[in-house]
Amino acid sequence: MTGEHILDVRKLSVGYRSDGGYIDAVRNVSFKLGREKLGIVGESGSGKSTIGRALLRLLPTARITAESIRFEELDLLNISEREMLKVRGRRMSMILQDPKFSLNPIRRVGDQISEAYLTHFKCAKADARAKTIDMLQAVQIRDPERVYDLYPHEVSGGMGQRIMIAMMLLTDPDVVIADEPTSALDVTVRLQVLNILDRLVSERGIGLIMISHDLNLVRNFCDRVLIMYAGQVVESLKAPELSNAQHPYTQGLLAAQPRIGGGRTPLKVLDRRPEWKEPLEVQA
Amino acid sequence: MKSVNVKNLTITLGEGSKAVTILPNVSFSVEPGECFGLVGESGSGKSTILRCMSLLFKQWEGEIRLGNQSVRDMPLIERCRTLQMVFQDPYGSLHPRQSVRTVLSEPLRIHKLDRQKERMERAITEVGLPVEFLDRYPHQLSGGQRQRVAIARALILEPSILLLDEPTSALDVSVQAEILNLLADLRARKGFTYLMVSHDLAVVDYMCDRFAVMQAGDIVEILSRDMLEGNKATHPYARQLIDASLEYDSAI
Repeated sequence: MTGEHILDVRKLSVGYRSDGGYIDAVRNVSFKLGREKLGIVGESGSGKSTIGRALLRLLPTARITAESIRFEELDLLNISEREMLKVRGRRMSMILQDPKFSLNPIRRVGDQISEAYLTHFKCAKADARAKTIDMLQAVQIRDPERVYDLYPHEVSGGMGQRIMIAMMLLTDPDVVIADEPTSALDVTVRLQVLNILDRLVSERGIGLIMISHDLNLVRNFCDRVLIMYAGQVVESLKAPELSNAQHPYTQGLLAAQPRIGGGRTPLKVLDRRPEWKEPLEVQA
Repeated sequence: MKSVNVKNLTITLGEGSKAVTILPNVSFSVEPGECFGLVGESGSGKSTILRCMSLLFKQWEGEIRLGNQSVRDMPLIERCRTLQMVFQDPYGSLHPRQSVRTVLSEPLRIHKLDRQKERMERAITEVGLPVEFLDRYPHQLSGGQRQRVAIARALILEPSILLLDEPTSALDVSVQAEILNLLADLRARKGFTYLMVSHDLAVVDYMCDRFAVMQAGDIVEILSRDMLEGNKATHPYARQLIDASLEYDSAI
């Protein structure tokens, strides 16, 4: 961990409306983020994506409560939507899972990237275009001039995801939330995309929150890992120490992972215990 | 138990100038009771092979033999009782407005099988779900439970060959373990022949005896499972793929 914390979340709870009340999808989650790579792992429905969305206030109908959410000098809980517009996509941005669904199918990818820049900075279109092409180069797209004028259906999945990364890093944000950025990609392409993301994040000193269900990825890529179960953080660990996990859920997840050369004994299956859902306090 | 023989399988999709040859010329064979994996990047034609075998694509050329019969010569009823398929996405492959009972009873009705209730109950217990689940709808099931229902639907006609198209890639690690255990256990008990498409080599290593590495529609190399460790592949693409997976896997 280097420097001060960019993001400080205390006791964040997010409830989704359901008939006659709210159901808490995230309960009492606290963490701090410096200029580092923080992984959030958990199974589907454990609330990991909800945290990312809540931080960017992308959940208009949900009930978000917290003791405090501090982002640099801002108090994200209480600022107006007008101010939030200046944060979202500019100082804090989000890379989504599937480039096929997150890019507008009827606009050229380059225009979509420069739009991100033009929204936040006053400059000529030609300048934005130049910036975009530089950024496409930075995410190792060969021939960025040509790619600028392509439509989303003309690019491959790996390239689409690099375009998303370019779009999100163009405004030089302080925090990037990556929600399963590579789960739609093949192993070979996945490593490429991760390496690009890794390099850019370290060079620019961005705080990265990596949301994933892939333990391998998180342990290879992140500095710290939060493990979530049923809306709570059950454990917080340094990534290299993941194998020393104490919580039975984390241990179960590790054991359930098949590995190359791992033998044919039946894989360990999680024995879910009701007490894992009981309130607990993990400081990260 | 039946063997599978694929010989000179060729398929071209599209017409005229837009025609694309997806599989130029693919041949491989699978022993009875073997689990055979197909790996490769997206778009390399893995799923297309399964779709040709199950005649979801019909315009292919070449020969596919199940046991000693060509799949084209098999009457529909017999083909469906020999070969069944489990699809990738358990959220998309079950009809949202049909209960599990409807899903499972339809094949039984088409094939005019007796003891329907008993067969349904057996199929659902075999995949590790309680009998009461017959009256549930897909939205009342989790992803893993849906995939179990999809497997039960494939099992109910007692086929000898199962085609598995990335059966766990939409599932979490913990649920993936359950499904892989179930598939391994079913194979041990019933002696199915599996053809499994996957892009996760760790899964392939756990399930398969041999696997074919595909690139742009071609099988570049067929490897046995023990050649994964230390990467004993010879073809450059196969080596690259295995290296990437080993690197990815290495931390554990």
